[in-house]
Amino acid sequence: MIEHPRADELIEAVAGWVESIRPQLNPRDAFLSRVAVNALNAVKRELVQGPVAEAAATARLSPLLGIEGDLKTLNAELCARLRTGEMDVSTPGLLAALKAGIEDQIAIDQPSYVSVKVR
Amino acid sequence: MEVDIPAALNALAPKLGGTAVEKAQRLTGGASMETWAFTIVGGGEPRPLILRRRAVPMDPETSRSASMAAEAALIRAAEHAGAPVAPLVRLCQPDDGLGEGHITGFVAGETLGRKIVADPRFDRVRPHLARQCGQILARIHTIPLDATPLTTADAQGELDRYEAIYRSSGAERPILEMAIQHMRRNLPPPMPNVVLHGDFRNGNMMFDPDHGVVAVLDWELAHVGDPAEDLGWLCVNSWRFGRADRPVGGFGEYQDLLEGYIEAGGVEIPLSRVLFWQALGSLKWGIMCLMMYSSYATGATNSVERPMIGRRVSETEIDLVNLLEAGL
Repeated sequence: MIEHPRADELIEAVAGWVESIRPQLNPRDAFLSRVAVNALNAVKRELVQGPVAEAAATARLSPLLGIEGDLKTLNAELCARLRTGEMDVSTPGLLAALKAGIEDQIAIDQPSYVSVKVR
Repeated sequence: MEVDIPAALNALAPKLGGTAVEKAQRLTGGASMETWAFTIVGGGEPRPLILRRRAVPMDPETSRSASMAAEAALIRAAEHAGAPVAPLVRLCQPDDGLGEGHITGFVAGETLGRKIVADPRFDRVRPHLARQCGQILARIHTIPLDATPLTTADAQGELDRYEAIYRSSGAERPILEMAIQHMRRNLPPPMPNVVLHGDFRNGNMMFDPDHGVVAVLDWELAHVGDPAEDLGWLCVNSWRFGRADRPVGGFGEYQDLLEGYIEAGGVEIPLSRVLFWQALGSLKWGIMCLMMYSSYATGATNSVERPMIGRRVSETEIDLVNLLEAGL
């Protein structure tokens, strides 16, 4: 992989440039430019944090399901078992595994998001 | 077809009690609905009015919209029921040249959710808003079921509908799957249906710093169903604007909402039922986000907004996990 520059550095540079031209844009484009910067930042976080998060999710789900495979395969199998009722919210360790996985995902998608706390 | 809105409004001026229309300008708004502000002059005091018209025939967000005629009838019925609304001035007729739309009075105030939860101008009224919302919902829920033809949807029906959309998206998201199956097995017991606003949330209300809610807007998703649906939707975390600690709209507490509802004549609704509908609301919003992403993936729309909204599915998933963990 080329490291001079790294992909995340390229994204950072483009995001910085979009920010810099925002004041010249009409309101609609200024809004879309903000969305564009958010998208670039999510991609940057995914590049940096994504591989670790995916490996961790795979390592959590594989023993719960008792099968090997990439995350896509494990997710598909898990969805199938949830759909038939073979697994559900009471399956030991499942909710905790899903919670850890979605915490990693939200840290990529929207790190500032504050989730609900019920009592 | 492009319509010259200012010209069409100007031609309509005599039917709106004036001679001409000034300052017609399009306000930023939804993708499916256009909102215009204008002022009618020549009939005494200049009067500011609002036009809402359907801009495109079909959009995933509005696939279940009530007609503008039904919306107009509901605004009238809600006003009669004692809910604050922008009063209906005219339901657009084919000859008006404005397409499907209606004209209402202009109500001054703030609609931006993040201002309601954070702007110091609303500090004084904020503690009263949850109770006020409960009272307003109780009044909306007294609208007669036959006020205008509306679709009916209960929890089972909503789950069926959104599960079908989720399946057709091809996505495989374990948390959404778990939530769907869990809610299917834990449906709330039946309760008499009422007329629902259908999109009663922070962002669809006009707020005044002294009087709180001064108008309930955007009636297009009105339907008939479980009264707790409207209360739960207001509590969905995606419209708390960062104030997850204040469950009602990012401004108030469950207890105030439920007490306000009873004070204004509403039936007693257990908090667990509101939480069920709040979770179903998160699920619905998550699936709507998936659907909006699909409209990008299939090439139907190409704005940068659409794919990015797909990255909001995870916010609903983390909320669902936390609700499931709390024993939903």
